[in-house]
Amino acid sequence: MGRIPRDYLINRLVTLVLTILIAATIIWIIPRLSPVDPAEIALGRMAAGAGAVANSEEILAQLRANMGIDQPLIVQYIKYLSGALVFDFGLSTAAFPTPVSTLILNALPWTLGLMILSLIITFFIGNLLGALMVWDRSPKLVRVAIPAAMVFTSIPPILSGLLLMWIFAAKLQWFPLTGAYSIFVEPGWTWEFVSSVLYHGFLPALSIVIVTFGFWALGMRGLMITVQGEDYVKLAEAKGLRPRYILYRYMIRNAILPQITAFALKVGLLIAGQVLVERIFAYNGMGKLLYDAILNQDFPVIQGVSYVIILMTAVSVFLVDLLYPFIDPRIRHGVT
Amino acid sequence: MTDAPITRSERRQQKRLKRFDNPWMNPKLIWGAGLLLGIIALGLIGRVLWDPELVFTGSATLKLPPVGFENLRKQPGVWSNPLGTDGGGRDMLALIIIGAPNTLFVGLLASLIGMSIGIFLGFSAGFVGGRTDDTIRVLADVMITIPPLLILVVFQSAFGDVTLTMMALLIAGFVWQSPTRLIRAQVLSMKQSGYVQMAQLSGASTSHIMFREMMPNLVPYLFGSFIASVTTSIVTAVGLEVLGLGPQRIPTLGRTIYEAINAGALIQNLWWWWGIPTLLLATMFIGLLLINLGLDEVSNPRLRKLS
Repeated sequence: MGRIPRDYLINRLVTLVLTILIAATIIWIIPRLSPVDPAEIALGRMAAGAGAVANSEEILAQLRANMGIDQPLIVQYIKYLSGALVFDFGLSTAAFPTPVSTLILNALPWTLGLMILSLIITFFIGNLLGALMVWDRSPKLVRVAIPAAMVFTSIPPILSGLLLMWIFAAKLQWFPLTGAYSIFVEPGWTWEFVSSVLYHGFLPALSIVIVTFGFWALGMRGLMITVQGEDYVKLAEAKGLRPRYILYRYMIRNAILPQITAFALKVGLLIAGQVLVERIFAYNGMGKLLYDAILNQDFPVIQGVSYVIILMTAVSVFLVDLLYPFIDPRIRHGVT
Repeated sequence: MTDAPITRSERRQQKRLKRFDNPWMNPKLIWGAGLLLGIIALGLIGRVLWDPELVFTGSATLKLPPVGFENLRKQPGVWSNPLGTDGGGRDMLALIIIGAPNTLFVGLLASLIGMSIGIFLGFSAGFVGGRTDDTIRVLADVMITIPPLLILVVFQSAFGDVTLTMMALLIAGFVWQSPTRLIRAQVLSMKQSGYVQMAQLSGASTSHIMFREMMPNLVPYLFGSFIASVTTSIVTAVGLEVLGLGPQRIPTLGRTIYEAINAGALIQNLWWWWGIPTLLLATMFIGLLLINLGLDEVSNPRLRKLS
């Protein structure tokens, strides 16, 4: 591991494992404190489907045995944790008997795709605009327009999603209202399918981009102000280097690094925000899966989705922390 | 470097000197506070001037547009429901008069509790050090990665209906981490500074050092951190409400949006149903952002020169 000191690595690893363990435990404890009995919900669903259910007591007992909730709590807990390690959360109660992991595996690529796309776009736009706000040679328009536009980036993505959806999908009908791809297209690696996915993903991605780039721009602005006064920038100016060259090679390259750590702290909020955007656009990702599970009181799915998202967040924070010294050689890991 | 910006900044400098160089009087802070106070005033004065009973289902004709517009059934807006009505016949004006303060209340209460925990833990970690510091630091590091929305989704779908206070308490469990980290870092650096060591040497008590020597220097940071956690709390609360998991019987802005989406208000062109709460929430967030930017200028004088 070269430059990463052992203490630091161990420290980060312990934090990672603790995060996952605590999150998994909270998720497990909460439904067990609740007065709602999942077996009764399942029975209620059967009764609603069939009109009436005979010998309901026996069925309840059998359901409880199937769900494993007749065993002592400690046994349930250990089973749950060992299951969570291999992403086994049991069977969905609403889409019985589909395993929860299958449902999540189907939804995950959509969420990841949308997230990576919108993240890359915001990171570039946000940092560039933030840098231009400070640069003394940017056009006046940029310096006035960006702060004005940034005011709107304080709102959460779900609100921008609603607005964009109304304007571009409901009113102008330029983009589809819901879904991740057209129902008339066969999923597969065909041009038609890919273009349909991009077409459907545009609005959800845009609604995340327009409300998150401000975060980057603001951070970048603060960092650029610090870099601006550095001696090496003055030296570069004195050498007569082209201003644009100084901006990209001297200022942005130095200022952008702490932004990467800021990103690590923001991942969790970003994912949570995206879950809501997926819900309003009925995008086939984790957000829709979660929302449907909430509607159906499908606890294994709710648990599974929450667990996977928390895991994703924790792991990305861990990776950014570890990769940071490779990106920025000035930083040496002290044990903070 | 032309002459114009310099003279302009000079003029600004003189203006500031006239105001005794008070960084707290910057326009961003004032505008932001104004927006938030406006929303609070809407809630307080609205209750007196407008009939709050109109939030109940069926108190008016369904899906009426705001005054000056027509809905798809060609019904014009009427003055008895100036902002229109929703799909259940509730008056939109009454809904926002009751709903907006509810949303703000959750945000403020959650972050007040969160901040108090953060101040306590941050000072303890910074001052006591050792095992206490390790425990608090690791706990804050661990909790900061967990997105509150997901834990609360699990909680509220398991327990069903919650009250506003309950929701605020739950959210408070997730907004203490950043203040804790911030205050701990500040306390650690301040502990080394001259005036704190001077106070220690002259035999001042720990509480005197904490509250009389250190606290005043932390105020801009504390305010900034408070506003940031109000924003996080409201975003989380609205997120839960939009998923249909907030309080079920109390009108909130998020729940109104949830009902509008579920009723297909977007396709039916009932824009006022979701648009008005959205606009109000946006105003709230813009106000919070402006306050935060204003506070940044208070605590970081370098930023003041720029804008």
